[in-house]
Amino acid sequence: MKTTIPVGPYHPLIEEPELFRVVVEGERVVDIDWRTSYMHRGIEKIAESKTYDQVTFLVERICGICSTSHPIAFCNAVEDLAGIQIPDRAKYIRTIVAELERIHSHLLWLGLAGHYIGYHTVWMWSWRYRELVCDLFERISGNRQSYAMIKPGGVRQDIKPSEYRGIVAALDELEPKINMFIGAILDDPVILARLKGVGKMSREDAMQRCTVGPVARSAGVDIDIRRDFPYAAYNSVDWKVITQADGDVFSMAVVRLLECLEAVKIVRQCIDQIPEGELVTEIAEVPVGEGIGVEEAPRGECFHYIRSDGTNHPYRLKVRAPTFANLPSFRSRFIGERVADIMIILASIDPCYCCTNRVMRMDDGTSVRALDEKSLLELSWQRTRELDAHYVHRPRRLLEL
Amino acid sequence: MDPVKALQVRFPRGIGDILERSASRVYVGIDASIIKDIADFLFNNLGARLIIMSALETRAGMEVLYHFTFDRLGRIVTLRAVLPMPKPSIDSITPIIDGAEYTEREIMDLFGIEFVGHPNPTRFLLGDDWPEGVYPYRKEFHGQYPYRTEEETAAMRDEILGKGAK
Amino acid sequence: MSRLSRWGLRKSPWAFHLNAGSCNNCDIEILDALTPKYDVERFGITLIGSPRHADVLLVTGVVTVQTLPRVLHVYEQVAKPCLVVAIGACGCSTGIFDGSYHVVGPVDKVIPVDVYVPGCPPKPEAIIDGVVKALAKI
Repeated sequence: MKTTIPVGPYHPLIEEPELFRVVVEGERVVDIDWRTSYMHRGIEKIAESKTYDQVTFLVERICGICSTSHPIAFCNAVEDLAGIQIPDRAKYIRTIVAELERIHSHLLWLGLAGHYIGYHTVWMWSWRYRELVCDLFERISGNRQSYAMIKPGGVRQDIKPSEYRGIVAALDELEPKINMFIGAILDDPVILARLKGVGKMSREDAMQRCTVGPVARSAGVDIDIRRDFPYAAYNSVDWKVITQADGDVFSMAVVRLLECLEAVKIVRQCIDQIPEGELVTEIAEVPVGEGIGVEEAPRGECFHYIRSDGTNHPYRLKVRAPTFANLPSFRSRFIGERVADIMIILASIDPCYCCTNRVMRMDDGTSVRALDEKSLLELSWQRTRELDAHYVHRPRRLLEL
Repeated sequence: MDPVKALQVRFPRGIGDILERSASRVYVGIDASIIKDIADFLFNNLGARLIIMSALETRAGMEVLYHFTFDRLGRIVTLRAVLPMPKPSIDSITPIIDGAEYTEREIMDLFGIEFVGHPNPTRFLLGDDWPEGVYPYRKEFHGQYPYRTEEETAAMRDEILGKGAK
Repeated sequence: MSRLSRWGLRKSPWAFHLNAGSCNNCDIEILDALTPKYDVERFGITLIGSPRHADVLLVTGVVTVQTLPRVLHVYEQVAKPCLVVAIGACGCSTGIFDGSYHVVGPVDKVIPVDVYVPGCPPKPEAIIDGVVKALAKI
C-alpha cells in the first residue's frame, strides 16, 4: 500500500508545498519527484539587463555556499568568449580562493550530515573548524561568504604577501583536524552502519543520469573539471582526483574529506609558487559570439553559457548549478531505502540546506498526521540510537560465550 | 576519431555549420528532426555526457542548444537546433538520457518549447499560480509578473491573515 | 502582555527560521550562530522546528511568487505577539533581485517587520544583535 510523503519547506498542514515528493510502500521508498520554484528569482533574465561586471556579483548569489564557483565559471565563459588569458598571479589567486572554498563547503556538509544522523558533536566541531576558513576569507577579502574576489579578466583584489603566513598558519591548524574527522568517521561502527550501503548508486547509473562532482566520483566515474578542462593554476600544481567505487553515502563522505586534504595541499603549493604580476587583463570589448565556462565547484561541475551581441550586456546567460545535474540521481538512490534514511540521502548530494526542511505524512488521504522537521530528524536519530545500542551490547555477548 | 568527424560521417545530411571556436569548444548546427538519433549516437556510442540543454530566442527562431562533453578528450560539443516560432517543438531526448528530464521541463516552463514524447511534462520551475502560456524568457515578455499587483498581494494577505490584520 | 510573559520572552526566546527565497548565505549564518564560536544557546535563544511555538521569526531572502502564500501561512500560524526579524539585504529590500518576474518584494511587503538586519550576508554577531534589539522592543 503506497503512501506519499511530500518533503516540503514549511507548513505541515498545507498539502502542496513540497520540494520533493517521495512515494513509500511500508517503510521503503518507491518513487521520487521534485519541484524547484521556491528559490527561483529569475537570475538569468536579470542578467540580460546588467553589465558583465555586475553579473559577476549577481551570479555570486545563486548559492551562498559555493559562492565563488559561479563567478569563476562565469568569468571563464567571458574569457572564452573574448578569447583572452588572465595573468598568472590572477590564476593562482583564483585557485587559492576556490580551494579554500572547497574546504569550507565540505566541512559544512560534514556538519549537516552529522546533524542528520544524530551526531551533533560532529556538527559543532566541523563548523567550529570551518570558522578558521571563514576568518581567513574575512582577512583576505573582507567578507565571510560572497567574497567578491573574481572579475572578468582576473581578480578584483590581491592577496598581499603579508597574508601568506596567516593562510599557512590556518592550514597548519586545520589539517590535523581534517585528519581527525577522517579517522573518526572511518573507525566508528555506528556511522559505518548508518552510511555504508545506504543510497547506493552504480557506476552505470551515475553515467546514465549524468551526475557530476563528488557524487559521480564516489561511484567510480573519474571526472573532474580541474583536470579535464584545466583553468586557473590547476595545471601548475600537483594534486590528484579522488574516486571511490561503492557509490553510497559513506563513499561520498570519504571523497569529500580526502578532497579537503588535497585542497590544503593545493593551497600550500600555490602560496609557494605564486608569482608577482598584474591582477587583471582588461577586456576592452566583448565581441559578438558565444562562450562556455566550466568550473569544478565543491558540489560538481558548474556550467555557464553566454551569448553576446557585442553590447556590454549578455544577450543570454544560461547557468547550470551542479546540484541540478545530481538531482536525477535520486531515482536510483532512493528506491528501496528506508524512510529513516531519507534525510541523509537527501543531504548526501549536498543540496542547499533549504531543500530539506519539512515532511508531512499522508495515510491514504484519509487522515493527515503532521510531522515537523524535528520528527523526521527523530526518525533518523532513532535509527542511530538503535544501531548504537546494538554495537554497545555486542562485545558483552561475545564475552559471555 | 574526433567526435565531430564521427558525427559528420554518421549523419552526412543532418549536420550543418561547424564552428570551432577553440580546441575545447565546438558548435555544430543540426537538423532538429534527427536529434534523437544524434543524442543516442553521442551518448551511447561515443560515451559523451550531457551537461545541460539551453534555449534562447533569436531573430532566426528559437535555438535549443544541447551541450555534450567528452571529459577524456577535454572537448565540449554543443549541438544547435533552430526551431520555427511561434510554436517551437522538438523530440524529447529523455527516453535516451535520463538526466535530460528536468532540464527539458525547465525549458518548457520558461520558453514554451514542446518536447514531444517527454514522460512527465508538468510544471517544474515557475510558481504554482504562474499563468499558463506566459513564457518569461521569450523576448515578447516584458516587465514584472503580470498578476501580482499591490492590490493582489494585499488581497492575499487579507484572505490568509484576516481582514485588517497588520 | 503580563510582566511574567514579557520576562519569559526576553529571557529565552525561541526562534523559527523561515527561508522565503534566499541563496542560503543568511541561513548558514543563522545556523552559525548556534555553533561554538558564537553559541547563542547560552543566551537562551534556540531554533525550533515548529512555528506555533515561536517567539521570534527570522525571515531570510526575498519573497518569491511560490513562497508568498507560504510565508503568510507561517505568519498566521505563529503565536502572537511574535517579533519578525528580516535578515539580509534581500529580506530588507529586494536587493539585486529587484524587478525580477518571480519576485514579489521584500519581507515587509508581506508581513510586518520589527527589526531589519542588513548585510550580504550579515555576520552572526549582527544577527544576534538584531534579535536582541527585537527583544528590547517588548
